[in-house]
Amino acid sequence: MVPTNYYLALSAILFGLGVVAFVFKRNIITIFMSIELMLNAVNLAFVAFSQALGKLDGQVFVLFVIVVAAAEAAVGLGIIILIARNRQSLNVERVNLLKF
Amino acid sequence: MFPLREDFLRVLPELVFCAGGTLLMFLQPFVRSRQAFSSLALLASAAATLSAGFAALTPGTAFGGLIRADGFSFFFHLLIGLVVFLVVLGSSSYLERERLAPAEFYALVLFAAAGMGVLASAQELLTAFIGLEMSSISSYILAGYRRDAIKSSESAMKYFLLGSFATAFFLYGIALVYGKTGTTVLTQMGSADVSDTVLKLGLALILVGLGFKVAAAPFQVWTPDVYEGAPTPVTALFSAGPKAAAFALLLRIFVMVPAATQLWFWAFWLLAVLTMFTGNLGALVQSNVKRMLAYSSIAHAGYLLVAFAARSEIGVAAILFYLLAYALAKLGAFTVVGHLGGGGEKHLDLEDYAGLAQRQPFAAAALSVFLLSLLGLPVTAGFFGKFYIFKAALHSHLIWLAVLMGLNSVIGAYYYLRLIVVMYMREPREEAACAPFPAAVSMVLTICVLGTLYFGLFPNHVISFALSPGLFGR
Repeated sequence: MVPTNYYLALSAILFGLGVVAFVFKRNIITIFMSIELMLNAVNLAFVAFSQALGKLDGQVFVLFVIVVAAAEAAVGLGIIILIARNRQSLNVERVNLLKF
Repeated sequence: MFPLREDFLRVLPELVFCAGGTLLMFLQPFVRSRQAFSSLALLASAAATLSAGFAALTPGTAFGGLIRADGFSFFFHLLIGLVVFLVVLGSSSYLERERLAPAEFYALVLFAAAGMGVLASAQELLTAFIGLEMSSISSYILAGYRRDAIKSSESAMKYFLLGSFATAFFLYGIALVYGKTGTTVLTQMGSADVSDTVLKLGLALILVGLGFKVAAAPFQVWTPDVYEGAPTPVTALFSAGPKAAAFALLLRIFVMVPAATQLWFWAFWLLAVLTMFTGNLGALVQSNVKRMLAYSSIAHAGYLLVAFAARSEIGVAAILFYLLAYALAKLGAFTVVGHLGGGGEKHLDLEDYAGLAQRQPFAAAALSVFLLSLLGLPVTAGFFGKFYIFKAALHSHLIWLAVLMGLNSVIGAYYYLRLIVVMYMREPREEAACAPFPAAVSMVLTICVLGTLYFGLFPNHVISFALSPGLFGR
């Protein structure tokens, strides 16, 4: 059996990759994908902990997270379409009307 | 394990908010009148506020310890109900002026309020997460509600991206805490080992996630942009509602989990100082009034964090009172700004407020009261808010924090008084004619002014309530 720590390490790496992609990517859709990656890294951590603790509730949490992520995706993609219509571009560097 | 009748009573405000929102969306295709929608939304928010009383009559936990109805959640339900009521009342003329669809707007406001209610009474981290997302997802849509305005859609995008980023941190924190303690129920975390690295990391990530939501520096970057771009009634809602709810959750975790009480102290100290300075120094250089108020709300989050760092009962009481005083003042100020902005929100510059006292004496007087309350002058509620935070900080021997807060209040005085001076001492510009205030907006302003003055003269009711030993139902 694969030890729990391996799963946790993988989850941390995936989460870190998500953070890095969020910071460095310029396309809104890619940024959005990196957030999804972070959420799924969390799901992996929940399942791994749930297995290690011998409790089922961690796996139930994952279902909740998936549902919420789906709702978020629906709204997020709507907002992205709005931006694309208004600006004809999905590059975050051009979305800069509001600046310090 | 079938839920009891009491369980439903304890979430009654949320049920009423959701029922109101759903009903609005059902009626939307059949009803033409704007008046009907706003009346229904007003009714729903008033009913939800009242039903918070029913929830408070049967204190205790619900749904197997996920939700807790106590004095603390009662206070926040009242606050959220009041905020939503005033936002709905003040936004009808705005929606009409900007030609925005009313039914969906009110429905989203009510759904967001339900999420805030869940946040205020959640006793379990995943329930809190659901509440946070209910309020956030509705807020993302509301921020972009002026669909044709580029600024508004930009604001929605920034809020959405940074908000979901923060949510992911919050969730990862929950996962780590769950992995170490084997539970997500706050009351069962008493025995958690404070020296454990994973637990420390988990609590730190939860703090980062909530820090984003309350706009604490260095996680505040989204705030000015989102507040400026969003429709002004929505900005009023953001600055008062979700912020209070996120502070409520932060406070509940901080008080109930001993590990958090120990580990978060220095984090709060540092966040408080950073947040106060970023907010106040940022506000100094703004010429756009809406953006200035956005920076000032960052500064106020800093003052609240000072009370967190005090770690005492008087600190908790100060937070509750300050949130109330702040909500009234901010809500009123943004309502004035929203109305004076005119069609398309074009008149937001400091220059547009020149001579407002001659053109609109009532609006200028009301705005001055709100600004003075934000500044913390006596006779306004903001004075006692700041006073109790100072008292809490000195009581816990946080002398430096109190000194830095005093310094920040002085910086704050500059930009609040500058606006008042512009309104009263300068001649009005020729073209700046402005429509008179509709009755509903005047009513909102009157309620906010009276509330600010009332709590500025008689703060004792709220303070003694917040100091009562049964606040967290123990």
